[in-house]
Amino acid sequence: MTTAATALDIVAAVRSADRRAVDVLDDHLAAIEAGDNEIHAFNLVTAAEARRVAEAVDRRVAAGEDPGPLAGLPVALKDNLCTAGIPTTCSSRILEGWRPPYDATVVERLADAGAVVVGKTNLDEFAMGSSTENSAFGPTRNPHDTTRVPGGSSGGSAAAVAARFAPLALGSDTGGSIRQPAALCGVVGMKPTYGAVSRYGLVAFASSLDQIGPLARTVADAAALYQVIAGPDPRDATSIPQPTPDVSAALADGVAGLRVGVVTELCEAEGMQPDVVARVRQAVAALEQAGAKVDDVSVPAAVYGLSAYYLIAPAEASSNLARYDGVRYGLRVDAPTTGEMYDRTRTAGFGAEVERRIMLGTYALSAGYYDAFYGKAQRVRTLIIRDLAAAYERFDVLVSPTTPSTAFPLGAKTADPLTMYLNDVCTIPSNLSGQPAISVPFGAGDDGLPVGVQVMAPALDEVTLFRVAAALEAAAPPREEPA
Amino acid sequence: MSTTAAGTATDWEIVVGLEVHAELATRTKLFCGCPNRFGDEPNTNVCPVCLGLPGSLPVLNEQAVALAMRLGRALHCEVRRSIFARKNYFYPDMPKDYQISQYDLPINVEGWLDLPSGQRIGIERAHMEEDTGKSTHVGGGGRIHEAGYSLVDYNRAGVPLLEIVSKPDLRSAEDARTYVSELRRILLATGVSDAKMEEGSLRVDANVSVHPTDEPFGIRCEIKNLNSLRSLGRAVDYEARRQIELREAGEPVRQETRHWDESEGRTGTLRTKEEAEDYRYFPEPDLVPLDPDDEWVARIDASLPALPAERRSRLAEAAGVAATTGAVAVAVERGLDELTLGAIDAGADAARVLTHVEHNLAIDGAERLDPGKLAALVSMETGGELTATQAKDVLVEMVATGGDPAAIAKAKGYEAMGADALVAVVDEVIAAHPDEWTRFVEGDGKARGKLTGFFVGQVMRATKGQADGKSVTDLLRRRADA
Repeated sequence: MTTAATALDIVAAVRSADRRAVDVLDDHLAAIEAGDNEIHAFNLVTAAEARRVAEAVDRRVAAGEDPGPLAGLPVALKDNLCTAGIPTTCSSRILEGWRPPYDATVVERLADAGAVVVGKTNLDEFAMGSSTENSAFGPTRNPHDTTRVPGGSSGGSAAAVAARFAPLALGSDTGGSIRQPAALCGVVGMKPTYGAVSRYGLVAFASSLDQIGPLARTVADAAALYQVIAGPDPRDATSIPQPTPDVSAALADGVAGLRVGVVTELCEAEGMQPDVVARVRQAVAALEQAGAKVDDVSVPAAVYGLSAYYLIAPAEASSNLARYDGVRYGLRVDAPTTGEMYDRTRTAGFGAEVERRIMLGTYALSAGYYDAFYGKAQRVRTLIIRDLAAAYERFDVLVSPTTPSTAFPLGAKTADPLTMYLNDVCTIPSNLSGQPAISVPFGAGDDGLPVGVQVMAPALDEVTLFRVAAALEAAAPPREEPA
Repeated sequence: MSTTAAGTATDWEIVVGLEVHAELATRTKLFCGCPNRFGDEPNTNVCPVCLGLPGSLPVLNEQAVALAMRLGRALHCEVRRSIFARKNYFYPDMPKDYQISQYDLPINVEGWLDLPSGQRIGIERAHMEEDTGKSTHVGGGGRIHEAGYSLVDYNRAGVPLLEIVSKPDLRSAEDARTYVSELRRILLATGVSDAKMEEGSLRVDANVSVHPTDEPFGIRCEIKNLNSLRSLGRAVDYEARRQIELREAGEPVRQETRHWDESEGRTGTLRTKEEAEDYRYFPEPDLVPLDPDDEWVARIDASLPALPAERRSRLAEAAGVAATTGAVAVAVERGLDELTLGAIDAGADAARVLTHVEHNLAIDGAERLDPGKLAALVSMETGGELTATQAKDVLVEMVATGGDPAAIAKAKGYEAMGADALVAVVDEVIAAHPDEWTRFVEGDGKARGKLTGFFVGQVMRATKGQADGKSVTDLLRRRADA
């Protein structure tokens, strides 16, 4: 068994003592050692801590105790998830040297499940970006073609899974930051219903949109990871206070009788590549063949999501990122007065994209502009929620491309933020509506690079979401694995 | 009320509205489990949430909501569905560089507070928010701009506050002081806050404007740094005078925030309207809307104690005096109204009971006094068995020991001067001063008044102060009119 094994195969082997967790870990650490110089998926590999955890798993197995549902599985964590005593940088200079005194709720749940955290993955600074090029520590490269971006902002997590550095990873998704890199790296990436997974310990970008979710090479693996991290948390007031259904149970049920709507506006949006749309049509045809009832559906407000998102998210970010002021932790650039210290610290600590969004958001919330920008964006958000609700009256799930294109070359869009923002047009509506969505690899574009198909579902219907995703995966053409 | 400025015919009216911040007496902070406690070692009552560490999230304290509603209902407010909002500004003692507060949808709206005078002051809102930490500026006389460095204590960061905003219904410095005193009484009576101005758990900002009585309200200035009732009164007086002088000199009042300097006794510009911060309020996405159901509000209502205004009018009615009587206010203020009512109920003379409460019972343990025993003491006094001075001595002993007034009086040897003995002494004094007595009998009210003092003095001398002055006066009158 190599690092190509699925998470579920690995965990079965570890639980039955066929394979030691430390050996699983060693295989993955060797893969990282061999490949990550080029890929740069990780900001930090926590080999020593990982070994202690793996050894503990093996001891439990040997002692006949239940080592947990993710026993011995290496997991890569996006570096905006707090890990006690381990640097958490958000790929920003401003958090240099900061070690959180606490674990995020999802990190605690991983530990309880026997998972082995292998390191912290690279991201666009504070999760602001779609290519992982906005990292203070340099970009991550796409394992399928290292001249191309892995997408973002969870580019490090997606690349780590695609490169088989870890079978599982966690990312965060504010406007598509799990699904878009999953699509570009040819892996599965899922954004849960808002409130299904606790945000406690996720360094906030835009609080009303952020969700933590799984990345994996198979739908079943992603479902298993989701099952562990989801569920109520008293430390997050926006956490949904009800138990998580078993999302793995229905994976093999197929899609016979399910109503699938293809969102026309998202297939026709600006910049959509025909080869990507063709793959989506092929995917939908496969679902139809498997017994689903497929039809096109119009979600008129969906195309305004991008504009609304780029006001709401920066507005919240401008407030969330105010605390990085040099007073308490992280970077401080000294100056004669407190005000100048703030200026110098924040100028030195934040990259260009973060600065841009802080300025955009500050402006959108300013007296006299609030109604025209932030207020109007919230009204658009309400419209999108309404239009999606109408669509879900007729359909069980909605389908669209995950991204307008396959992975683009490094540097191709860094000069023009607006072009970069267009990457998120298909993924943003689900963030604005708080509904779950998943990207599943489905064949390749004309360039041979992976294409992702997005499935969206109503709030709290993760069971149907994973079920349709599994059917898509089963119908997909054989995947090209990265070298 | 109006203030007439010297040398002009203009009647100026002073208009004051107050913003009072009260720290809620919760066990823990507003959004985390850290203790809400004053005076601990700096930065010991802190956690990732109240330090605003990256990734931390606020969770609303239910007890804080209950206390906020409690004050709201005590101020006759409507409790509404509310949301929290972020107030964004940079300051080192604010860990997140935004304060979680309430903005356009506060929990309590539209209430009122009745001053002891009966004047009704509108309450616009009473909303919840988190307190900031506390900065200490070292060097440069403690001012931030001249300080060598600053230290921040975050123990107070995240402590729950209620900001109580009055309508501009106050008309003088005295009104403002009375309002804060009354609000403080309500905060204490309801257990919502310990309301200590000296510890900063009760803080006041004043909005002051002036206008000629026949014109609309003037431009207002907000005065900060009012750390005592005395400061509040002085600052409002100073600020009103400053504004009147400006207006009379033909100059406009500028809308600004001003700082009260207690040692200088003046206000100075802190920032003008143009320099005012844009707080960029927006709904707090980390918290869900707060919507207490009717049942919760009803439970709060049912648990409210009798409030000072209510207690004053109940006592005043029982005592047959006006609710504005000083002794009534004092009785309620000291929590002695139940005792007073009990003693009156047991048949004691209300005026004498109130006199004791006002003048002789500002002592620890007075609230534990038995109303029946207080009534017994007062009837000994009205029966002439004890003088006012003796009664006070006995009362102090009663509070200290819980003893019976008759036994204490006996032990002190205060029982000698019975009613019959007093009559004999008065008759002796009359006989010894026939000229004065004739003038007393034939004199008008004014002459009698002067001579009453003379005769009482003589009786007191003869009894070595054991006689009761009021009884002597009554006896003299009865003898003269017989």
